Amino acid sequence: MLNKKDRVRSLWVTLLGLGVLMLAIFAADSLGMIDNYIRGIFIQCCFAIVMATSLNLVMGYLGQIALGQAGFMAVGAYTSALVTKAIGLAIKAGTMAPLPLLVQFIIGMLCGAIAAALFGLIVGIPALRLRGDYLAIITLGFGEIIRVVIQNLPFAGGKGLSNGQAGQALIGILKMNDIYILFVITAMCVGIMLAFVRSKFGRAIIAIREDDIASSSTGLNTTFYKVLTFTVSAFFAGIAGAIYAHRGLGTLQHSDFTFLKSTEYVIMVVVGGMGSMTGSVLTAILLSVIPEVLRAFSQYRMLIYSVILVLMMIFRPIGLFGNYEFSLYQLLMKRIRKKKPEPEQTASKGDS
Amino acid sequence: MPETILKANQLGISFGGLKAVRNFDIDIKEGELVGLIGPNGAGKTTVFNLLTGVYKPTEGTFYLGKQLMNGKKTHEIVASGIARTFQNIRLFKKMTVMENVLIAFTKDMHYGLPGAILRSAAFWKEEEEIRAKALDLLSVFNLQGKADWGAGNLPYGQQRKLEIARALATNAKMLLLDEPAAGMNPTETAELLECINTIRRKFNISILLIEHDMSLVMNICERIVVIDYGEIIAQGLPEEISHNPKVIAAYLGE
Amino acid sequence: MDGLTLFIQQIINGLRVGSVYALIALGYTMVYGIIRLINFAHGDFIMVGAYALFFTVPLMVAAGMPAWLAVIIAIIVCAITGALVEKLAYSPVRAKGTNMSALITAIAMSLFLENFAQTLFGASPKQVKTIFDLPMVFGISGNTLLTITIGMVVMVGLSLFVKYTRTGQAMRAVSEDKNASLLMGINVNRTITITFAIGSGLAAVASLMYVAQYNQVTNMMGSMLGLKAFVAAVLGGIGIIPGAMLGGLVIGIIESLSKAYIAPLTGGIITSAFSDAIVFGILIIVLLVKPAGILGKNTGEKV
Repeated sequence: MLNKKDRVRSLWVTLLGLGVLMLAIFAADSLGMIDNYIRGIFIQCCFAIVMATSLNLVMGYLGQIALGQAGFMAVGAYTSALVTKAIGLAIKAGTMAPLPLLVQFIIGMLCGAIAAALFGLIVGIPALRLRGDYLAIITLGFGEIIRVVIQNLPFAGGKGLSNGQAGQALIGILKMNDIYILFVITAMCVGIMLAFVRSKFGRAIIAIREDDIASSSTGLNTTFYKVLTFTVSAFFAGIAGAIYAHRGLGTLQHSDFTFLKSTEYVIMVVVGGMGSMTGSVLTAILLSVIPEVLRAFSQYRMLIYSVILVLMMIFRPIGLFGNYEFSLYQLLMKRIRKKKPEPEQTASKGDS
Repeated sequence: MPETILKANQLGISFGGLKAVRNFDIDIKEGELVGLIGPNGAGKTTVFNLLTGVYKPTEGTFYLGKQLMNGKKTHEIVASGIARTFQNIRLFKKMTVMENVLIAFTKDMHYGLPGAILRSAAFWKEEEEIRAKALDLLSVFNLQGKADWGAGNLPYGQQRKLEIARALATNAKMLLLDEPAAGMNPTETAELLECINTIRRKFNISILLIEHDMSLVMNICERIVVIDYGEIIAQGLPEEISHNPKVIAAYLGE
Repeated sequence: MDGLTLFIQQIINGLRVGSVYALIALGYTMVYGIIRLINFAHGDFIMVGAYALFFTVPLMVAAGMPAWLAVIIAIIVCAITGALVEKLAYSPVRAKGTNMSALITAIAMSLFLENFAQTLFGASPKQVKTIFDLPMVFGISGNTLLTITIGMVVMVGLSLFVKYTRTGQAMRAVSEDKNASLLMGINVNRTITITFAIGSGLAAVASLMYVAQYNQVTNMMGSMLGLKAFVAAVLGGIGIIPGAMLGGLVIGIIESLSKAYIAPLTGGIITSAFSDAIVFGILIIVLLVKPAGILGKNTGEKV
């Protein structure tokens, strides 16, 4: 079990590790190895990581199947895009002082995340009263409803309630494709979610997942924790949506946020291991990079995924990583301790 | 004069047309240990479910101290001070022994979402405090050495003890134990008896105990309440109850 | 057309599409009743049946036989597919895994069937020749009447089967208490497989009626159909056979009415996606207000 000293050291080691990674990226960049194509894949990894980890909060830790995560992503995407557009227009019109692009993006991103979180609240409150199968379908339903509503709103190209012209589809979105910034944002998101999970909140939702009734009888307000987790998950899905919206293409299609997209992230979480952030991160990267590398087989992609998924459920339902959490610090400590004999330590699941 | 901790007046519940429990009156004082016995299906667990908000009473009231508990949700009732264990042990089997106890402290922890994310001073302080408290509590039950064990790996008797420890961690004033000796051999039962005596001494807590094991019941209960078909048929000292013809008839099934 | 005639026409349209939903919902509800799992792939069995028809209808016509006899082959194909899916995927996961992994397996199977069909047959829709050429009766198309009749027959047949045959009673027993059924000597696994086969066979019948009306077969046709039929089953009362029938017809009518009346309000942009959203909205309302459905009764969890 880690105490405060260990945990703080672990944090420093992790930051160091991330710094090293960033330096590696910088080195590659200076050598000119990062062209637009690689940059695109990198950004895809970023929002995939944030989406997968956010979904893992609900699926892995809370233990519920959510099939509508793309809906929250859509809310985040459209909201952030509209906000950054509005800021851009205001600056042009002179009603707002010129802000650096990064600040504009961050404001948009936070607005998107908050909007998504609000929807998470709205969906979560009714949905989390229901049992597994029904919860899954209801989240699917909400995801579809959100998408269909967006589809018909003027700013997304729909006609809205007025029987008039279709609105102009959303184009000309601000471009934020700076890999260093996105790297930091992604790392922060994962870090915050890990902090959430390694606190009383994480303990509470794992307990609720194990046994709802027993959890109530230890004084936990189960509805509160379930809805909170769902909302936090939606918040980060919104951030992923913001990253997605500003990735450089400049447009958004409502068809980017279908049930199929939600399913892709479900697959990432399930294959990676529900309850392992490490698994979600790595599988998100894997399933973002591999389709690009194996472009030739793209028509078989979902077929292969579905077969893998079924095989996983039969032979390794806990996923590739189970609930293992990688810790650079623990790895280093093991190496250092290898020299000295240690009394037998019974395994604990990372931090509690 | 010790004050009343738990008081129920004509408490009852009907499911459709069936009155599962009715006219349930009880008055438990501070530090008392009362037994609740009766044949299978008499409604004992139903009473527990009523007292912990799992079921909403359709008649009568019950108070914890001066507070009315009717209609409150389970977690609210627990927060007020009633804790329970379950007939079929409901531990968080995949969590560690330590974590099972830590969970029960959650309701009394004050740091919020920002505190957790930013790892505030309050976060560190409270997380260390609860671990210390948990170890203290576990040592009462001699489980501190197994704090890192998976709860499901404990021997049966110790699992029961852990469940009781977890209930105590909620800082309860009133403890409801549902057949804690079920499935135990005589050695384990004797240990359990020890255990219950110890926590009574240490925590001055009131206990309502459902049990079938008569040796345990007669041994430690100060008072016994007998129910059959959802109604109280007798109340009194162990001596009186064991000779009460109605009680004997209920168990032998006339 | 005056308002009333329009309204009645919409109701009839609703009955037409609703009767197809009802047939699909019957299969859904049967399977759910027995294994308490939403078979996400059920809608895709419709697709399997439809593709089977696409290939066998021309064969029947060429052999000079009535086109609809092709459904027999479709039923066999679907039943085998259903039994295979159950035996190879659902059963092992149910034995070893949790509810969650079972549900994910169902989603995965659905994806598999859809994508496998795409790999085999391509993504472009296939046309099936008209199967029935029935006259209009009192202004209602013969197809609609036939579909509703078949639905009724199937429903009654199923109810009788479940009540009076040994297999049917075994199905009921397993759906009520799996462990007790095992102890009573019922071969639970075989019963479940049979239920799946019957449910999937029903899907083939539903696909016949669907294809007879809409003539098109694509690899994705099952997914929305399946979901809507699931909503129908829940609306009527999941696990309850007459409920599936009722729910199917109600959903069909609501869908038809919403298409007719909401579209003018919103500038004619009622895409099919919008009516899908409405159907989901119904699901949400039902699950929040009366999860047991119109004909259902509530049961809680024992502590």
